[in-house]
Amino acid sequence: MPMSFIQALIDSKGEEILEDWLATHHADGLTRRDLFSDAQGRQHAKTFFLALQSTLNRGADIDAFNLASDAWADVRAALAEVTRERVKRGVAPAEIAGFFLLLKYPLFDRLGAGAGTEEFSVVEQVSRLTRMIDAIAVQAMSLCIEERDRIIERQRTEMLEISTPVVDLWERVIAVPLVGTLDSVRAQEVMENTLGAIVDREADIVIVDITGVPTIDTEVAHHLLRTAAAIRLMGAECIISGISPRIAQTMVHLGVSTNGVTTRASLRAAVHDAFQRVGLTVVNAKA
Amino acid sequence: MPWHSCAILQPLDDPWPPASAVLFHRQPILTESDVVLGRQAVGRAMAEVGAREVRRIRLVTAVSEIFRNALRYGGGGEAVIFLDRVTKAVLVECRDNGPGIEDTALAMRDGYTSGKGLGMGLGGAQRLTDAFELHSRPNEGTRVRMMSRA
Amino acid sequence: MAHSAGLFLVDRIMLVTIHEDINDSDIVELQDQLAVKVHAKGARGIVIDISALDIVDTFVGRIIAQLAGIGSILDAPTFVVGMRPAVAMTLVELGMTLPDVRTARSLGHALAQLRDSPTIG
Ligand SMILES: Nc1ncnc2c1ncn2[C@@H]1O[C@H](COP(=O)(O)OP(=O)(O)OP(=O)(O)O)[C@@H](O)[C@H]1O
Ligand SMILES: [Mg+2]
Repeated sequence: MPMSFIQALIDSKGEEILEDWLATHHADGLTRRDLFSDAQGRQHAKTFFLALQSTLNRGADIDAFNLASDAWADVRAALAEVTRERVKRGVAPAEIAGFFLLLKYPLFDRLGAGAGTEEFSVVEQVSRLTRMIDAIAVQAMSLCIEERDRIIERQRTEMLEISTPVVDLWERVIAVPLVGTLDSVRAQEVMENTLGAIVDREADIVIVDITGVPTIDTEVAHHLLRTAAAIRLMGAECIISGISPRIAQTMVHLGVSTNGVTTRASLRAAVHDAFQRVGLTVVNAKA
Repeated sequence: MPWHSCAILQPLDDPWPPASAVLFHRQPILTESDVVLGRQAVGRAMAEVGAREVRRIRLVTAVSEIFRNALRYGGGGEAVIFLDRVTKAVLVECRDNGPGIEDTALAMRDGYTSGKGLGMGLGGAQRLTDAFELHSRPNEGTRVRMMSRA
Repeated sequence: MAHSAGLFLVDRIMLVTIHEDINDSDIVELQDQLAVKVHAKGARGIVIDISALDIVDTFVGRIIAQLAGIGSILDAPTFVVGMRPAVAMTLVELGMTLPDVRTARSLGHALAQLRDSPTIG
């Protein structure tokens, strides 16, 4: 049976094939000694190879190869484990695909041993192996991208949280220091957090400080003004502070009117204003 | 019917309703209280797909504008509400057989009103939804389709 | 107008509540009654409480603006109180910022402001 040739090969020559596979990784610069020890790299290759070996020994049919089917579940799991481990350390998608694709060569090299028998066709074996290993590499690549998306999404949410804090300045006075760039998603987030804080902290005055915002386009300016308008609708007062001369100029050029919104050049001036409005004065205790 | 004039700002996917959507509620819009019943049904549909308060209120406000227009300018109509659990979205269609809108682009503009309104209804509804299509044919009627995700 | 709106006089302040099923004819009636009562009782101010409203669309927004307009003509400063965050966000997106309407965080805040500044408005 030509079909079991591959199974027999992987079973009997397993050790050699694994070694050769690791050697091609090394030759192609896929070992990534900067990220993994040799033992870890070997462990990854071995985990996957053993899953493949035992799956074939259990009679999984290469002709009916379908990575999504139950028969190949172990291979799928090992593939996922190895891929995840490598992505987490920063291995690129192309390198992950290469890691699995290189398994072809030690196998191709050994197909000659079966030649000569009547029904044996090297071409057929190559095509079977190629189909299986390519599918595995593609799956590894898409897992890798999924995993990266997850990491990016998590970092994005973390960024959103840390970058839009609402600070209690004093009773009834809160501040929202904005740092970095504001896109629509973040601007929406800022508005929600701020309005929620007005209710939770019973704030009468909100200082939105944009000292840490490098540039403002019409979109961002309108977001800020919408936030100010919503704050006013809830019955609180909004002061936008930290408007640099350059941003003031841009806003005028863009034709953005700040009518009805209190603006202050510095956070300090805004705090002074806010304290005055809630009836507080700051005195120098030493004078 | 072939539509005379349309303003498609954020197009919907074909087909309407989407294959994974189910009918949630049909509401004739013939009186003021139908407007309230219709938007309450939309609110329940949004709650059903797990929408947060902000998302729910945005869509409910948008349909309130559209239902009111159908009643006031379209002489009454019907709203059909669909729910899509796969995409976690609510889809609403509102049609009337009223006089229609000659120039939909103009009607969409903020501040344009033919009556004594503020002219903010259509533009506002479009900003509050994830997809919005307005189709109209003079002397035959108006159809608005909207979609918002949870 | 029955249950769709209410008018109460407290400490010479006219308290107005609006419910979500209010319709066109109710509004006309509400506006009439408000004008008559504010004038007859010499109310010093008007507070519109919208915390019972689930949404505020352009229709309700316009009613609020008109009530405030009546108040200002009758020399009774008008405050809107009780707007929830989600409602405020939606109104702004709708393009209705109610620039000529005073707002306060709560009924208590509005009453305090009316009391503190008799010349307000
Ligand atoms: N269903 C409809 N049938 C006919 N004309 C319509 C319909 N809907 C809207 N229009 C026309 O489009 C115009 C703009 O509608 P839009 O809702 O934006 O403003 P409005 O209803 O006039 O005021 P607002 O909604 O702010 O109170 C209307 O004045 C009306 O002429
Ligand atoms: Mg309208």
